[in-house]
Amino acid sequence: MQRALFPALFAAGVTFLLTCLVIGVRLEQDGPTLTVVGADAETWSWIGFAVVVVFLFQLFQQPLSRLKQRLPRPDLTGLLPGDQLRNRLKPWLIALVIVGLFIWPFMVSRGAVDLATLTLIYVMLGLGLNIVVGFAGLLDLGYVAFYAVGAYTYALLSEYYGLSFWMCLPIAGLLAATFGCVLGFPVLRLRGDYLAIVTLGFGEIIRILLNNWTSLTGGPNGIGGIDKPSLFGLEFSRRASEGSQTFHEFFGIDYDSSHKVIFLYLVAVLLVLLTVYVINRIQRMPIGRAWEALREDEIACRSLGLNPTVIKLSAFTLGASFAGFAGCFFAARQGFISPESFTFIESAIILAIVVLGGMGSQFGVILAAIAMTILPELAREFQEYRMLMFGGVMVLMMLWRPQGLMPMKRPHLELKSS
Amino acid sequence: MSENLLDVSGLMMRFGGLLAVDGVSLQVKPRQIHSVIGPNGAGKTTVFNCISGFYKPTGGDVRYRGKAIQGLSGHRISLLGLVRTFQHVRLFASMTLIENLLVAQHRHLNTNYFAGLVKTPSYRRRQREAMDRAAHWLQQVDLLEHANREAGNLSYGQQRRLEIARCMVTEPGLLMLDEPAAGLNPRETSELDQLIVRLRDEQDISVLLIEHDMGLVMGISDHITVINQGAPLADGTPDQIRENPAVIKAYLGES
Repeated sequence: MQRALFPALFAAGVTFLLTCLVIGVRLEQDGPTLTVVGADAETWSWIGFAVVVVFLFQLFQQPLSRLKQRLPRPDLTGLLPGDQLRNRLKPWLIALVIVGLFIWPFMVSRGAVDLATLTLIYVMLGLGLNIVVGFAGLLDLGYVAFYAVGAYTYALLSEYYGLSFWMCLPIAGLLAATFGCVLGFPVLRLRGDYLAIVTLGFGEIIRILLNNWTSLTGGPNGIGGIDKPSLFGLEFSRRASEGSQTFHEFFGIDYDSSHKVIFLYLVAVLLVLLTVYVINRIQRMPIGRAWEALREDEIACRSLGLNPTVIKLSAFTLGASFAGFAGCFFAARQGFISPESFTFIESAIILAIVVLGGMGSQFGVILAAIAMTILPELAREFQEYRMLMFGGVMVLMMLWRPQGLMPMKRPHLELKSS
Repeated sequence: MSENLLDVSGLMMRFGGLLAVDGVSLQVKPRQIHSVIGPNGAGKTTVFNCISGFYKPTGGDVRYRGKAIQGLSGHRISLLGLVRTFQHVRLFASMTLIENLLVAQHRHLNTNYFAGLVKTPSYRRRQREAMDRAAHWLQQVDLLEHANREAGNLSYGQQRRLEIARCMVTEPGLLMLDEPAAGLNPRETSELDQLIVRLRDEQDISVLLIEHDMGLVMGISDHITVINQGAPLADGTPDQIRENPAVIKAYLGES
């Protein structure tokens, strides 16, 4: 207790100083001069309360943590079904989730479906970045650049050449992949921090280019009026454009704007399912294992005849192509894009999704993407504190589960008993 | 052209002002265990790095099965069948043992994306063959029971054996081991000793070995090259080396 007294006093003093400066006094403009105004009595009593709490907590920290250790921990392992049962249930569970994903939008509000669509875009982005950061271990801070390439590919092609969403989707993926390859080449020799800085720069280059190439991209004004995707040529607008038909006319039902929202959601679900399937397969393919081997030890890879150049480039290229698909869909959903949507903070959020989810773990990344998009929506009243909460969650996660929500599990491979 | 599997002549490696390897020559014949010994800092590992393509030699010739390989990149050389281990274990620590062995078989597998996505019959067959080969080698090095553990969790001796198995699944012609017995206890060393001899006798390969453990070197080598301060000092059978006065002076100590 005696030993804790001084640190406790110190912590209380620091708390007092900080709260005094931040909350206790205020500058007020009084004509041309600034005057220092003290806070009211209630605020001061709150400050005093905070100081006392900090002091007591520091003073009794050791007994408290000892008490916490003595608390019984619930044993949850027994509650989960056994391995065999789980393996048998797995396909059914997956089927149930997929069916649920398709039925769910017809039962909830339009806003919820719209939010789910946004979430699915982040799921796709998270899974794509997971290839580069989680599997191959290449820290990419400019991932949003490929997202922007995908979005602008669709926006520009549809504006200048009138190409449809479904035509542009593969083109956007291919173009983003090309950009991924172009970025990959100069950074082949870089690792860790250096790689992060170069990719960060690349992300900014793309954004600034889009901002300043006014004649092509419209600069900061962005591009508006981008066509929505159609269902085999059926549009989801109130009135059909020339030479085509609308969805509600074709089926003889009343026009409802929620049809469009649900259709966009279903397209997103399909894209995400495809992404999950493809990445899941690739992870178990030779190339997927080579990515992970490269993350573990590049020199050992070389000594075993794996070409690091090809492997790194393939990770960048594939990761970028998924961002391209996501970007193309994003442009179609928003109907309007501008460089504002592709700032560094987007890259940071996608990276946070990957890190929070657990590097390399697909399920974890999906969970984290859902949490990262839905939590801010639920906490709309605290809009101003969003970044603060974001930081707080990050710090807590790093303390509580530094390996992420659902760390990657190694696949169990059955060998023939020989 | 020659009967030698590996033919190194006049190998030179210069780092700035330091001549680390100066005119080293060695010939590895098929189905032989060839050791390279020398005091610490003699340049043994540098010779290894030059042969396996991790350094570009400043001068000299390296021929593998008659083909000049000096200056090729490391992964190209290993694809030719010249595979090495490292002084410090370099496993893919967070991957399982099987995965380690599957990565090593990259070139035997069908790496076509489309084939892997839809699991074509040829993809499945190659995958199965790779798994069988992995199982075979895990058994050879006595690690089959740990197949699904992460490589980083193995004991040091087991990691050393896994590293050799990982080289062997690539089906090399020449296996280069850089101090494989470093950090092993006497029992593990003698197991390793038997394993290396078995590789030569059963797998029809040659082994190029760097080792400090004199018992191991003298016991199993067919041929020994001694390097001192980057320059070749002696070359011959274990018996000849043991008798060589220059070697005794430089390495084994004067008596």
